[in-house]
Amino acid sequence: MSEHDEIRTPVSLQGISSDDPHLQPLSKNPQLVERVIAANFLLGLLLVAAFGACYWVNAKPWTLGATLGGGLFFLGVGLVAWGKYLMPRGPFVEERHELATSTEDRNALAAAIVERGGGVVKRRKLLGGLLGGGVGIFTIVAMFPLLRSLGPLPKRTLDTTDWKKGTYLVDITGRRVSVGDLAIGSIVTVYPEGLQNSDRGQAVDQTVLIRISDEDFTTQKGRETWGPAGYLAYSKLCTHLGCPVGLYEQELQLLVCPCHQSMFNVTNGALPQFGPAPRPLPQLPLYVDASGYIRSQSGYKVPVGPGFWERS
Amino acid sequence: MTDVIDTKRAKKQALGPYGKVGHAINELDERLGVAKGGRTFMDKIFPDHWSFMLGEIALYSFVVLVVTGVFLTLYYIPSTDLVTYHGSYLPLDGQRMTEAYASSVNLSFAVRGGLLMRQMHHWACDIFVGSIVVHMARIFFTGAFRKPRELNWTIGLTLLILAIANGFLGYSLPDDLVSGTGIRIAYSIILSIPLAGSYLAFWVFGGNYPGTAVIPRFFILHVLIIPLIIIGLVGAHLFLLVRQKHTQFPGKGRTEKNVVGTPMFPVFIAKTTGFLFVTTGVIALLGAFAQINPIWQFGPYTASRISYAVQPDWYMGFLDGALRIWPSWSFHSWGYTIPLEVFVPSVLLPGLIFNIAYVWPAIERKFSKDNQLHNLLFRPSDRPKHTAAGVASLVFVAMLFIASSTDVLANFFRLPLNEVLWAMRILVIISPLIAYPITWKICKEIQAVQGGGKRKTANIVSRTTEGEYVAVPAPAYADDVHQELEPTPVPRYIVESDEHETTTGVRVAER
Repeated sequence: MSEHDEIRTPVSLQGISSDDPHLQPLSKNPQLVERVIAANFLLGLLLVAAFGACYWVNAKPWTLGATLGGGLFFLGVGLVAWGKYLMPRGPFVEERHELATSTEDRNALAAAIVERGGGVVKRRKLLGGLLGGGVGIFTIVAMFPLLRSLGPLPKRTLDTTDWKKGTYLVDITGRRVSVGDLAIGSIVTVYPEGLQNSDRGQAVDQTVLIRISDEDFTTQKGRETWGPAGYLAYSKLCTHLGCPVGLYEQELQLLVCPCHQSMFNVTNGALPQFGPAPRPLPQLPLYVDASGYIRSQSGYKVPVGPGFWERS
Repeated sequence: MTDVIDTKRAKKQALGPYGKVGHAINELDERLGVAKGGRTFMDKIFPDHWSFMLGEIALYSFVVLVVTGVFLTLYYIPSTDLVTYHGSYLPLDGQRMTEAYASSVNLSFAVRGGLLMRQMHHWACDIFVGSIVVHMARIFFTGAFRKPRELNWTIGLTLLILAIANGFLGYSLPDDLVSGTGIRIAYSIILSIPLAGSYLAFWVFGGNYPGTAVIPRFFILHVLIIPLIIIGLVGAHLFLLVRQKHTQFPGKGRTEKNVVGTPMFPVFIAKTTGFLFVTTGVIALLGAFAQINPIWQFGPYTASRISYAVQPDWYMGFLDGALRIWPSWSFHSWGYTIPLEVFVPSVLLPGLIFNIAYVWPAIERKFSKDNQLHNLLFRPSDRPKHTAAGVASLVFVAMLFIASSTDVLANFFRLPLNEVLWAMRILVIISPLIAYPITWKICKEIQAVQGGGKRKTANIVSRTTEGEYVAVPAPAYADDVHQELEPTPVPRYIVESDEHETTTGVRVAER
């Protein structure tokens, strides 16, 4: 402590007698409290030892947690009680010294920055400018890894899928779907042939195939040929946040996204009917080929999945 | 024989009155000059109030997070390479999965103590974020954020955001079906940012979703980069706490210019170490008896699969709720799309919430024209408007949180989903408006109550000889009378009282 502080808190220079009430325990019955704490410590000690034993013999996980947790809990409760009830009750006080220094000190610091530092730069404007420019360019250059190394640029990859003209629809096992495979009211997730096990096939190309009747089905004007034999194919990526639209409510003909409950009307071009999704699920135009396999007339006409800036 | 004894005694005397400890301090102080600062640090006063331990819960659950987290890194493999599982959990036998998922299942079942450590880690995380929120509420409602502590409020808020972010990253690492869906949603949220969204998403994920980079990248962020920042900020948080000293509630002997409580050593050290044990113990008990995130039941992540009733960890709930109830408004023109249905509730809204919280101390300073230093706290009832504003904000976020389970609520109450959704949309707006005046009124009522917080005593009614009835309140219960002593400075040394036989006499610390 400095001399200055001693003047502020002269009392702290003194000792106090060990029978001062501030040094007495808070508890009115310290003997009893001590016994209770001892019991806690004993229990904690035994449980912690039991934890070691349980771990050694590889006992069930819950016994590990029960012994470890119980042991630490009782040791902790005992220690808290020791501090609270048996140690000097206080209350004690300490001075709070003002943190602020004097105006001279502040001015001195400001002068060092403004006059000493700023003066140096002002006198050599060219050097300051060049150094600033160098650091500035380096800052920009340092961000190049973002552009070149962290990942490829999106370009137009978000706009397209791997569905093309004549792509076979296959299920997760790679089996081609033919016209007789689905009963009316059933649903299957399909992928472009060959991509059913790939990340991209799973994440981007995933499509639900629903059979809602046994006749050609038109969901919207201009889509007269898209639903041969009652087969409708929609992108399985929710247009809200890209969760798989995995629930098919057959009675109401709705596709439901389990994440945020967006609902899409299957019979009406998957227009959103409820929930936060703003756009319909893109529909994949289908046809049945001569051998009875279901194939895509073309790719999706619009980007699949959630919205993004460049989505036209 | 006597020679030996004499030598020992001589040695003891040579060591001085404080024996080996004193000797060690001498050696240390000669080299580092730590004695004065060390003694001041041991005398540091900690106010005695239960609400001051909320921050300790946060600190100690973070300790548990670090310890259990280090254990988990020994067994977890941050890789999206596909493997075929042949481990001890038979229902998954033969399934193709990423190494990340396989190693998470393995460390749960095949590593001794692994399941307990994983469950403790997850529980500690939920408690960490929760205790930060409650701690912040205490700081807010008692005015501890005011000048000179605005910087520590800022650090604390940053810690909350980092805790939430790191919680989400860690939750994603097992690559199970539920967490994978969470990553999918995070990707789409980044994608929704106007102009730069698709670039940012590609940079974070290393390409179009899902890519192979995301698990290793999330891993290094989760176990190294963000924890390092958290540790640094926790250090700064505690340094400022020591530098500026604690706030305290008004009371006997307490002023703006002092701190009243118990000293760091040994009282506070005992209590806080005990509390570290209790916190760890409770987390271990939760890990033992309360199952959390049973990833083996969810199965490995496949982009085209999904589970029903998917909810994120609680601290992401308000975001999920906002995404559910925000209407399906999207901007689409001139060949560009702004996915407002995602951008507003999941980017703008949290940005707004946290930014308001960041500038709150400045706003309040400006509007109350109060530029004084404040070390004494106020009670929430003393500031009805302030408290009401805080409660309304918390109610708003709580309603968003409840909205994250619209589907579960609809199922549970057998209500149409549509009604639940609209109810939540209305409640999110209405509830804060109702909460504000109610809180304000409660504060006013509490202010009017004299002797609040004490038990009521009987009115003793007596009849005077003239037949007049007089009601006199009985004295307060003995337990309710404030029995605190007048605070005293921490004694420099303790004088043994005369009753004790002492060989050394008065022990005086040389200054």
